[in-house]
Amino acid sequence: MRKKLLTVLFIFIMFFCFLLQCTMFKKLSFGGISPNLLIITTTSVGFMRGEKQGLLAGFISGLFIDIFFGDVIGLYALLYMYIGFLNGKFSRIFYPEDIKLPLALITLSDLSYGVVCYIVLFLLRGRLNFPYFFFHIILPETVYTIVMSIFLYPVLLYFYKRLNADENRSETDFV
Amino acid sequence: MSPVIKPKGEKFTLPSKYLLFILTILCTGLMILTFTTSALSTPLSYAAGFLVVPFEKGIAKVGSYLNERTEMLQEIQNLIEENEALKQQVVDLTNENISLQQDRFELTNLRQLYQLDAAYADYEKIGARVISKDSGNWYHSFVIDKGTDDGVEENMNVIAGAGLVGRVSSAGKNWAKVTTIISDNVSVSGTVLSTSDNLVITGNLETYAEGMIEFGKLIDEKNQVVEGDKLVTSNISDHYLPGILIGYISSLDTDSNNLTKSGYVTPAVDFSHLEEVLVILEQKQTIEE
Repeated sequence: MRKKLLTVLFIFIMFFCFLLQCTMFKKLSFGGISPNLLIITTTSVGFMRGEKQGLLAGFISGLFIDIFFGDVIGLYALLYMYIGFLNGKFSRIFYPEDIKLPLALITLSDLSYGVVCYIVLFLLRGRLNFPYFFFHIILPETVYTIVMSIFLYPVLLYFYKRLNADENRSETDFV
Repeated sequence: MSPVIKPKGEKFTLPSKYLLFILTILCTGLMILTFTTSALSTPLSYAAGFLVVPFEKGIAKVGSYLNERTEMLQEIQNLIEENEALKQQVVDLTNENISLQQDRFELTNLRQLYQLDAAYADYEKIGARVISKDSGNWYHSFVIDKGTDDGVEENMNVIAGAGLVGRVSSAGKNWAKVTTIISDNVSVSGTVLSTSDNLVITGNLETYAEGMIEFGKLIDEKNQVVEGDKLVTSNISDHYLPGILIGYISSLDTDSNNLTKSGYVTPAVDFSHLEEVLVILEQKQTIEE
């Protein structure tokens, strides 16, 4: 029951992040670059709750973007889904006390997201100047995202810890 | 119900690998479906309009209110300084005005010659507010708060101030997505106003950082086109009404094939500060298939 509540809560947070990303953070952008909050939520759900939840979270957040800003529906959903799934692989070595792994995973996810976006949306249309796009779009976005994750990640962690405490209790009750 | 007998208490769960596989196929299917047809766009845009747009409208309202307050404080400081400078300018301008009035008579005649009167002043337009921008950093598209309920339809042209912003690429009940001409994957057919030569203007993320977008395929044998020339939408464009100002040529080079020219255009619209836009409710006439 608590687990379902948390799922609903995470969906709500993702929805809220999507709204903020399209409105408020566009006004708070530095040099036209705004952070990618949905990567933070997708990645966090992935390594906190495992592959299945991660891929579902990615699918939902990608679909939000697709409906509003995608040229075709499914591209971002696919991309975010794989990011969530791959991060789910790390749920076995994730400990709530450790902040290094989450930050490293968020960085890596956003970088690879940027590179894949560049390849699919730009390289295939013959825009070959990769260094420009890397240093002007991908890297600034990653840095900004990391800064934002310092604020957003503890919120997600707080809800996760509450769930986990309840889960452990119910397990011991059974045994 | 299921024919497979399961031990009591063990719930059936789908392994994540299979779920990933199923969703991957689903996504690929959706991509192909939306790329080839537009069957999905109506239900999805309806759902989105119902779910997301009310929130975005609210946030946009709060955001623009805060923006206005901070701008007001900054402006008071600027206004005092500006006032001094402006008083001096009034004197200069009064003198200039007299000579300009003589020019105006000449201009009216010239304008009739150009027949620019029939430009976009006559189109029926509707004002709309920008409520959200592309969530990524790759393209420049945004969402406005008017949709099919207000008569906005796909492919309608969007302008701001005096220049072309883009066109509506999808419309929901109470929202519409606008693809701007500076987006990297957008091309517009344009005309040089002074010589009526056609060219193609392409959005470019790389050069837009310096406030410019590209153009190319300009055939100008007599070398009449110069920097600073006005570019307007051409009459052969598929989606854009003719004669809407796009921008000004800021640099011009001959291509290596020695036949065509290409260069950069400075758009007439400031895309980073778009708050309100106008949607032209008239569509380019197309040949019925």
